[in-house]
Order: sequence, then C-alpha cells, then structure tokens
Amino acid sequence: MAEVLVLVDHAGGTVRKTTTELLTLARRLGEPSAVFIGDGYEEAKATLAAYGAQKIYRSESADLVDYLVVPQAELLARLVGQASPAAVLITSSAENREVAARLAVKTNSGLITDAVDVQSGDGSGVTTTQTVFAGAYTVTATVTAGTPIVTVKPNSATPEQAETQPVEEVVEFTASDAAKTVRITATAPREKTGRPELTEAAIVVSGGRGTAGDFSKVEDFADALGAAVGASRAAVDAGWYPHSSQVGQTGKQVSPQLYVACGISGAIQHRAGMQTSKTIVAVNKDEEAPIFELVDFGVVGDLFAVLPQATAAVEAKKG
Amino acid sequence: MNIVVCVKYVPDAQADRTFVESDKTTDRVGVDGLLSELDEYAIEEALLVTEAGEGEVTVLTAGPEQAADALKKALQMGADKAVHILDDQIHGSDAFGTSLVLAKAIEKLDPKPDLVLTGMSSTDGVMGVVPTLLAERLGLPAVTYASELTVGDVTVTVRRDNDAASQTIEASLPALVSVTDQINTPRYPSFKGIMAAKKKPVDTWSLADLGIDPGEVGLDAAWTKVESYAARPPREKGQVVTDEGDGGEKLAAFLAERKFV
Repeated sequence: MAEVLVLVDHAGGTVRKTTTELLTLARRLGEPSAVFIGDGYEEAKATLAAYGAQKIYRSESADLVDYLVVPQAELLARLVGQASPAAVLITSSAENREVAARLAVKTNSGLITDAVDVQSGDGSGVTTTQTVFAGAYTVTATVTAGTPIVTVKPNSATPEQAETQPVEEVVEFTASDAAKTVRITATAPREKTGRPELTEAAIVVSGGRGTAGDFSKVEDFADALGAAVGASRAAVDAGWYPHSSQVGQTGKQVSPQLYVACGISGAIQHRAGMQTSKTIVAVNKDEEAPIFELVDFGVVGDLFAVLPQATAAVEAKKG
Repeated sequence: MNIVVCVKYVPDAQADRTFVESDKTTDRVGVDGLLSELDEYAIEEALLVTEAGEGEVTVLTAGPEQAADALKKALQMGADKAVHILDDQIHGSDAFGTSLVLAKAIEKLDPKPDLVLTGMSSTDGVMGVVPTLLAERLGLPAVTYASELTVGDVTVTVRRDNDAASQTIEASLPALVSVTDQINTPRYPSFKGIMAAKKKPVDTWSLADLGIDPGEVGLDAAWTKVESYAARPPREKGQVVTDEGDGGEKLAAFLAERKFV
C-alpha cells in the first residue's frame, strides 16, 4: 500500500489534535507516514504511534525552524520524490497553505486547500470536499496532476486510535540558499490564555461591538464551557481583542460544534467565518440583528445580564 | 521605489455567488463584481510607500472584461497606471495558471518593480497561495501576512502576527509582500482622484503578448478539477426568546438539552 505523508503540527513535541485527525484520514488513503520537524520528538512519538503512523520521518535541522515556508516545502518535496506517496496531508493554516503551494509547484502536483473531508477516489486518486462562498456551497474535487497535496481544516474528522510500531527514519536536511532569503529576526510570543485554539475548539464563544470593550462576561462564559474565545472584526479593529482571535471573512473561518455570538450583529463579514458551525446561538440586544436568522437558539437581551446568568446556570449543572 | 500591486476582480460577497453550470467555474460575469476588499489594503500600502518617497504604483490584474472596474478603483485611489491581462483562454485557470500569467506580466513591466504587493488572499477562492507562487516564479523572497511594513533602501521589514507569536521578518529587495487588513485604512477615492483616473494609462495584454502558450493555462491545464457543487440548504431559524430576567437560564437549558453541558 502506498504511503500518505502527514506533516505533524506540534508545539515543542505536544502533538495537536489536528495531526491525529489527519492520521485518521490518511488511513483511508494508504499507510500514514508522519513528518516531524523540530524539537520534542520523544514526546510526540507516542501520540503518532497511538494514531496509526506506520513510519515517521524526522528532521531536527535548524534551517526548518529559522526560515519560513520554503525549507519545509523543500524537505517535503524530497520525501515525495523518495516515497511516491498517494497523497500529502497538511493542516490548513496560513503558513501551511504556502508550504503546500510551494510543494505542489516543486512536485508538479495539484493542490486543494481547506478540505473538510478526504476520501479515497476512483482508482488511486483522492476526492475532497470543501465548503465555499462563505459556506453557501459544498464542492467535491479531485487532483488531476502529480501527487494530491491537500490542506485539511481542523475538526474535519474524529480522530481514531490505531496503535502501531512506527519505523523511524532520520532525514539530514540543509535548505537551499534560495530558501534562506526570508529571515525571522525577532519573535514575541503571546501570553497563553489556557483556552483551546480557536480553529480547533469544539466550542467558540465570540464577542462583538455589543461588549463595548469589556470581554469579561464573554470570557467567563467561554471558561464555563471550556471554549475558545473569538472576536468580531469590529472588536478587533477597536483594539479590544487580538487579530488572531478574529472570526470572519478576513480572519479565521471556524466550524465548531457550538458557536455562541455575543453582541455581534451578524453581518456577512462575520457570517463568512462561522456559518458552517453545527449549532449556533446568539445573544444580542437588537431583535432585528441578522445573526438571529442563523441561530438554533437566540436570546434578545443584554449580554451583560444574560451571560453571567447563563454562566452561573452552566456551572450549577456541571457541579 | 516602483511598486506593482496585483489585484483581483471578484464576485460581490453580498450577492448570491454561484457557479457556471456548463464548466463548474466561478460565475464572474452573471454576478456583480468588484475589487477584492483585501486588495484595497495592498493598494493603500503602495500609495503610502510611494508618497513618502518617489516612484510609481502600477496595478495589475488578470480577469474578464469587467475586471477593468477593479483597476479603475485602484487608479481612483491614486495608482499611476494599470495593466489588464485579458484573454478568454485564461478562463478556469487554477492558482498555478494565474500565478504564471501574473509573473510573466510583471517580468514585462518597465521599469522593473522593486516591490510586488498583494492582499493576503482573494475573497472568492480564499486559498491565499497566489502570492507565494508568484514569488516562487519570480525568484523573489516572499514575506506574507504583513500587518506592518517598513521599506528600507535594500530591505523590507514586516511585522507578522501569528497565533502563537508576533514575528519580525526581514528580506532583501526586490521582494514580494502580502498584506493583511490590519496594516492600514484604505482611502476612499477623492473627487480629484476620480477625475484624474480617467486620464491614466491602462494597457491590455493577451497571452500572446506575454509569450504564454495557451496550453499552460485555462481550465484544461488546471491540476485540480471540480467534480460537483451543491448549494447547502439555508439554515432554518430556530427559537429566539426575549430576556425577561431568565434569558441566561433558558440559554443554559438549551445547551444542556443539546449536551454541551
């Protein structure tokens, strides 16, 4: 059976849920081979084995960490040449889509981004599903050249365990000179909130203009639900929350099990970022707010009254 | 500092975007279109950079006849000239085909640009890969998702805000930079700008003008294929209650019923 390369998403060796989803999807297409870059391999190995990686390629080359995009694409291109995989699966993110694009050009392969499902297609191909035009349409597509390169959105599959004993291969790698033209000269890490990552979270609670800059009630409710916190573009533009939390057309597109919009009117800019969520709830003072057209449940009211009461009620049910 | 800004004419997201049944491509003619919102930030940044020094801003697009509207808006904002790559054989190109066409056009520009600016992605395909593909084809360093840009004599420095960290990134000129909607506030065209735009040069180029073999672009040359498309059923409006002192409790009850608590 052919290999399927899966680029591992991790933070210092802690493998993210997205990678376990990709390994699960990879098993539909062939034998998963994880590609691990950077530090923390010993910690990651156990997770990769638990979720079915038959092989693990690993590289600790500093070039892969110090430079953006191109070295990772060069490494993956080399592995594609070496292993002739059935497909390459990469978690969708801004940087990863660029890696995937460069990889596709280097291997003369077609690229599909933001897939929400990947299935084995006719013959040896793969068929992907995407939701496009702000969730208005579902599209199925195939790759017609080279090795299918697919970036997959978080929450696209339920991870399934499958214990394996992976074969390990260490890859010595030096990036080309052309790959080293963009230098990271400084990094300022963000404070960790302890909350789940926005695009991966099962529940997202977002705040908008209606918070008037005070996200405390939104945050308390999110914490009661174990949710990530998102923000509308208005809130981000006003400086109330960072851009990395922005949900919308020019921010992140999320598709969690539950999305709670607080003080958000629901203009198309925002809807484009969340309208494929499984269950949608909204709290807004304005009963005419467009967001209410989308909801499974809505409360017309002041979030400063409704959310604290809801938080207390949720805590009571948990306790 | 000569700058070229690549822009895209896209179906209006407020309109009912759809596909052309005959070939499953995005309908760019039957749906109202406009300059992609994210491209406005790139145009604005180009204007800010050249206003601080010297140089020209050329705006470039590949698209059907109507795409001239996108160029017009850019000229009204203050771009100096425009190039429209217009050729039916480009229809249905994937990102690789699009990047080839744009790259050949940029190579043909005289004087050569020192900086290529783009938005961070289009608002229709939303792949966000054309900037990096363009840089690969032009042999330029690509610095993407810039939320702040400083242009020096020989380098560009960018602030990029990732989820985990904020990075400072540097590359030598000439370079390609894609910008986010955090980088500036695009200006509205002034009356003076609108009038001045009427006299600005717009060149129209075909594939033949660019020396591109039609077999390398277009629908048949694409490396991916849309197999099917289907409209998702619109969401049905669920229950909406008015808070009468118990709104929060009702919300919690709903969540419990749906097993979120």
